[in-house]
Amino acid sequence: MSPLSPIKPREEAPISPRRTVWLPLDPLLTLAVVGLGVCSAVTLREATRNLIPGDPRFYVDRQVVYLLVGFVLMLALSRINYATLRRLKNPIYATLLLSILAVLALGHTARGSQRAINFPLFSFQASEIGKVLLILALAALLVERARRLHDRDTTVRVMIAGLIPAIFVIAQPDLGSGMVYMVIAYMLLFIAGTSWRQLAALAALVCLAATFLLVAAPAAGVHVLKAYEVNRLTAFLHPSSNKQTEGYQQQESKIAIGSGQKTGRGAKSTQVSLNFLPESHTDFVFAAVAERYGFLGAGIVLLLYALLIWRTLRVLVMAKDLFGSLIAAGVAAMLMFQVFVNVGMTIGIMPITGVTLPLMSYGGSSVITTLLAIGLLQSIYVQARASAALKGRVPLY
Amino acid sequence: MSAIERRRPSDPRIPVSPQLALRVAIIGGVTMVLFGVIFFRLWYLQVLSGEQYVQQADANRVRDLPIAAPRGQILDRDGRSIVTSRTTNAVQIVPSEMPAAVKEQVSAYEQSLSEAEERHRPAVERVARFERVLASHHRPATKAQLRERRRLIRAARTPRVPIPPLPLSASHARRLFARLGRVLHLDWRTIDERVVEGVTATPYANVTVKTDAGLGPLTVLGERQSEFPGVIQRPVSIRNYPYGEMAAQVLGHVDEVSPQELEMRAFRKVLPGTIVGQEGLEFYYDHYLRGKTGVERVQVNAAGSPVPSNLASTPPLAGHSLKLTLDLGLQRESEKALLEGVGHARASGKPAVAGSFVALDPRNGQVLAIGSYPSFNPNRFAKPLTTAEYAELQGSGSASGPLTNRAVNGAYPTGSTFKPITALAALEAGIVTPTEALGAGRCISVSLQQFCNAGHTEFGAVGLVKALKVSSDTYFFEVGKLANPHGPVIQRMAHRLGIGEPTGIDLPSEFDGTVPDARWRERQNKLELQCRRRTHLPSCGIVSEPRPWTVGDNMHLAVGQGDLLIDPLQMAVAYATLADAFTNGGEGTVVTPHLGMQVEEAEGGVVESLRFPAKRHVHLDHNYLSLVMEGLHEAASQSGGTSAEVWEGWDQSQHPVYGKTGTAQHEPLEDQSWYMAYIGDPKRPIVIAVTVEQGGFGAETAAPIARLMASRWFGKPEKFVAGSSKTL
Repeated sequence: MSPLSPIKPREEAPISPRRTVWLPLDPLLTLAVVGLGVCSAVTLREATRNLIPGDPRFYVDRQVVYLLVGFVLMLALSRINYATLRRLKNPIYATLLLSILAVLALGHTARGSQRAINFPLFSFQASEIGKVLLILALAALLVERARRLHDRDTTVRVMIAGLIPAIFVIAQPDLGSGMVYMVIAYMLLFIAGTSWRQLAALAALVCLAATFLLVAAPAAGVHVLKAYEVNRLTAFLHPSSNKQTEGYQQQESKIAIGSGQKTGRGAKSTQVSLNFLPESHTDFVFAAVAERYGFLGAGIVLLLYALLIWRTLRVLVMAKDLFGSLIAAGVAAMLMFQVFVNVGMTIGIMPITGVTLPLMSYGGSSVITTLLAIGLLQSIYVQARASAALKGRVPLY
Repeated sequence: MSAIERRRPSDPRIPVSPQLALRVAIIGGVTMVLFGVIFFRLWYLQVLSGEQYVQQADANRVRDLPIAAPRGQILDRDGRSIVTSRTTNAVQIVPSEMPAAVKEQVSAYEQSLSEAEERHRPAVERVARFERVLASHHRPATKAQLRERRRLIRAARTPRVPIPPLPLSASHARRLFARLGRVLHLDWRTIDERVVEGVTATPYANVTVKTDAGLGPLTVLGERQSEFPGVIQRPVSIRNYPYGEMAAQVLGHVDEVSPQELEMRAFRKVLPGTIVGQEGLEFYYDHYLRGKTGVERVQVNAAGSPVPSNLASTPPLAGHSLKLTLDLGLQRESEKALLEGVGHARASGKPAVAGSFVALDPRNGQVLAIGSYPSFNPNRFAKPLTTAEYAELQGSGSASGPLTNRAVNGAYPTGSTFKPITALAALEAGIVTPTEALGAGRCISVSLQQFCNAGHTEFGAVGLVKALKVSSDTYFFEVGKLANPHGPVIQRMAHRLGIGEPTGIDLPSEFDGTVPDARWRERQNKLELQCRRRTHLPSCGIVSEPRPWTVGDNMHLAVGQGDLLIDPLQMAVAYATLADAFTNGGEGTVVTPHLGMQVEEAEGGVVESLRFPAKRHVHLDHNYLSLVMEGLHEAASQSGGTSAEVWEGWDQSQHPVYGKTGTAQHEPLEDQSWYMAYIGDPKRPIVIAVTVEQGGFGAETAAPIARLMASRWFGKPEKFVAGSSKTL
């Protein structure tokens, strides 16, 4: 069977009141994506003006290209029936593991961690794209075992399937992405309907592991996490203005956000423009927004994220099959974790973990991965609409 | 169709299991709570605490660099400059343009500094704790406790932290410093150390490598700017004392304000790094002279490099000029005369180690000239002094060095110059009558002690005027003996005239003076005994042996010997009071001697006239006072008078001289030469006090110096005439 084209059922639809020229996409989801893309470009244009002397548009030009490429990929993905991806479960999982291992083997080092492979035209960050691959693989695995959801065996298999790439990613070291992987796996189990007992047991296990990694192991002299990672994770508990300590970045971020006040400092955004806040175009881009455009600008960005997450959950509910729901659940987990951890980190209530702010942070891998994930959501939406139309529940557009 | 129409077209409902609905609802709920938390946090940061974070952001980016204010000049009474500020170029290094290796060196140094401080914190806390314990005892600390305290303080002193060496890889920086060093004649390590220390002390500010490099090096640096990146020349103001050693102790000197001084009231609101007065008038009138430091506001980025901005700078306010009562001509002549007198004394075999002079206007206390020998050149303080150099200036042990202003801090017996005070006291108390003849014979015996004239001369029994004229010691010994039963008669007169109390001169320190009486002796005895009990030493040296006040003490005081200790300025004030009362029918003022006359704008124009109200008025019996003055005049003018030879050829009718020699004995050292004079003039009367330590008889050394000063003051031919009177 060829991939189900949305065109065919449309022509067979018995009850189509009128045809529209609209692209069959979720309009609110698309609005959120376009809105965040515009916010990203506007913020980066100002925040990166002084980063590379003589080339004020270096970052913003690239980011716009990434956004456009990502948007086109999203449109393309929305035309594909995601259901076909179910059968590619094993190749997808293999690609995920191989790409992460390849990075470990021959990746290039950025700030002490191997995260990307340099290709002739672009460098490719495997852990980012891996998020989407993992969502697809785990969702397919769960659908396969849908009838044995209450088996402990299923839960263990899903968690292990998530844990293996997570461990490799953490070894790169990219703690943030590793945590995203674990959260995706947990969310899939949660939505798939795993029993509360097993979920609670898993949560307890995670707490134990965290205690072990952060407190017990360093005390015993075993350093599973790098020292700087442990420092970063705990630094938000003791902010500091000392440049040498880990709390410095967070302190500067709070100063940037706080000084934005209600409507922002505009051209006087010195925390970012004079580089007191490092990484203001990547991990701390939210602080750049909040300093320049104030509570107002930050609020608009947050509302766009709220819209994005709401539409994701909506797609989750309206998906025509379990596979679609689980993919949407995985995407929801990815977006929520990244938004809350990243924003929480910039406002000083979460540890610094190095996760990007989806669509806002500068970086091709992150932007394109997020847009691919949203492309999957669009596909689920389109298929759900098509299926509902087939069953005569809704008019097709 | 109708079933479909009833549904809203955008709301495709598919059957959702209750379980999924619950779980999605939970996710939705968590999401809403998290967004709520973030919004509240943002509200708190941006709206509630926004102001505070704006300030922190500005503190991040704005650096205030001080701009030194030009210090005000010091002028003489006619507006001639005595102290000026000279502008010269300083060679400075811009830290932000230094290679990265130097910055690493700075942060390594900062690191080891803070580590050293950290290591020393327990020691500092031990000192504080020990001092709290000492204070809680409410009684003086014992020797052992003081020793322990010194030991703790020594241990708590932060050791000098060595500057980490420039990394070997930093050949670029080393070559630059070596090139600069060759031009400035400095070792490249010295330059590197100054840069590291300077940047550590005030980050972002330029570091001065050399202040007064001279024309040659400055031209080289200016012409080959491209070879010296980050090296600039900046005009800086340097204090200049064109007359060198002249009145050095009075003028004082300047230096960068020290951390201790910053805590003093006098230096409130002074920024660290400001040049302030140290000692003398520079210190006393510092708040007029120093001006107000300006502020250059610089915007810097996170790396500390300046970034263009339109921050407003505050220009510095120049200090005011200080006009003194000093007469530059008289001052220079007096210094010269003192040196000449010292030279004469040395030529005749006297050590003449030190001396001082004061010239006052008796009507208002204006100091016309004041000086102390040996002196020093305050320009030396422009460069940091070595410990040895400073020790030499300060003097060691009992021998005070050139930094001491002997005119106000010397503690001397005055010898016979005290006699007019004794005479006036005895007359006013009715102890002697003017004509009563006393002091026959060479010596006077009281109990087993002999009190003799100098050289065992025989003056015979003489009246008061003659006694002053020839300076008969036996006469005044008798007066002292007669006065003793009447209580502290002489002492009271001395105090009335301003002796034995601070004069209130506008200098940072002056000697209180001691006029001994029975009560004073009792107090000293008590102190000595207390000290001995506390320290278990055989003697504390406060008094040689505790004993009661005796008639002998009073007799010694009557001739200005014994335990009497005062400085030349107090004597000058006492003679000024006598002179003032003499010219005003017995009504005299005890003036407050002063050097400051008025404060002026840098461009001229009076800011403030300095006022020094007289301390008090005294009423003296004019008849008695006239007799005393007659004695002084005869001593200086009539043959047989102690200083008559010195004033030979002086027009006494135009400018009558009332002068008294003094020779204070300091066994086993050579005698101290004293001369006090009042020279009358309707327009410009003057009181002169001169003393030369180990200079011999008063008429020999001090009196000729006084004549030279008077000659200059009244425009007479200057002549050094040594007297031969061998009187005390």
